[in-house]
Amino acid sequence: MLNVDNYWIIEIAGVEVWITETIFNTWVIMSILILIAVMIRIGLNSFKTIPTGFQNIIEAAVEMFDNFVNNTLGEKLSYIAPWFFMVFVFVFSSSLFSVFGLRAPTADFVTTFALALGGFLGMVFMGLRHRKGKFLKSLFEPNFVFFPINLIGELAKPVSLSFRLFGNVLSGTIILTLYYALTPIFFQIGIPALLHAFFDVIIGFLQTYIFVILSLMYIKEAAE
Amino acid sequence: MEASLATIISVAHIAAAVALLNGAFTTFGQAKIVAQAIESMARQPEASDDIRSAMFIGVALSETSGIYGLVIAIIMLFANPLVNIFIKFVS
Repeated sequence: MLNVDNYWIIEIAGVEVWITETIFNTWVIMSILILIAVMIRIGLNSFKTIPTGFQNIIEAAVEMFDNFVNNTLGEKLSYIAPWFFMVFVFVFSSSLFSVFGLRAPTADFVTTFALALGGFLGMVFMGLRHRKGKFLKSLFEPNFVFFPINLIGELAKPVSLSFRLFGNVLSGTIILTLYYALTPIFFQIGIPALLHAFFDVIIGFLQTYIFVILSLMYIKEAAE
Repeated sequence: MEASLATIISVAHIAAAVALLNGAFTTFGQAKIVAQAIESMARQPEASDDIRSAMFIGVALSETSGIYGLVIAIIMLFANPLVNIFIKFVS
């Protein structure tokens, strides 16, 4: 439950590369998402000006997320939306992945920290691009004595963001593993569906939403 | 040596329990946020969308301390650095 299984060890140019359960599950989710994307692209071979049927659904989903980012960030900064759409889809589908009894990749600190670090780098990049010197100057507000405190405050952002998602997903995983380990087989037929619905779907969606909106807030704070 | 190792592990378990106690305070804070948000939603139903998104952000931010407690408890129980140090240096 807490230990991440190690499947293979591959040696590339003398460096050991460990293929763990997390990496394997991440690649499974990635291939499923890429397959869905390719299927949608093939299904929507020619885009129509007036959408019908399947194209309607896809356009509604993308438009909904674009509106969400527009409302949070404003028109000028909303070109970052595709990255956060990717983060949203990936984190939410990895929460749904543990419905099938497999380990979610976000129950490993490495995955969540990588995602949060991506958001942090986006924050620094957009702050430097839109506010240039003022972004660096904001580290020295109100006085240059406060520079270490401001720096720690900035660096704590990706850490707290990733620990929040990791802790929530891991606690759900631990509770479900305990339930499966402690109860007799008679109780494992209908009741875990409710637990999965709460811990994986509801908490997963809420934490995904919070992860995305907090990254957007950090970017807005840095770039405006 | 086994007795002192057992002492270290039992103290670590007590520390994990104490670290998890902050869940009570976290829940209290979250309940205050949600109660206040519902009150202001009832007062101004037309602003409920803004209030709801602000409420989610506040709930998530105040949940951070509870999550930190959980992470500390997990580290205490399963990846305790003190046990490794003890085994490495004392024995």
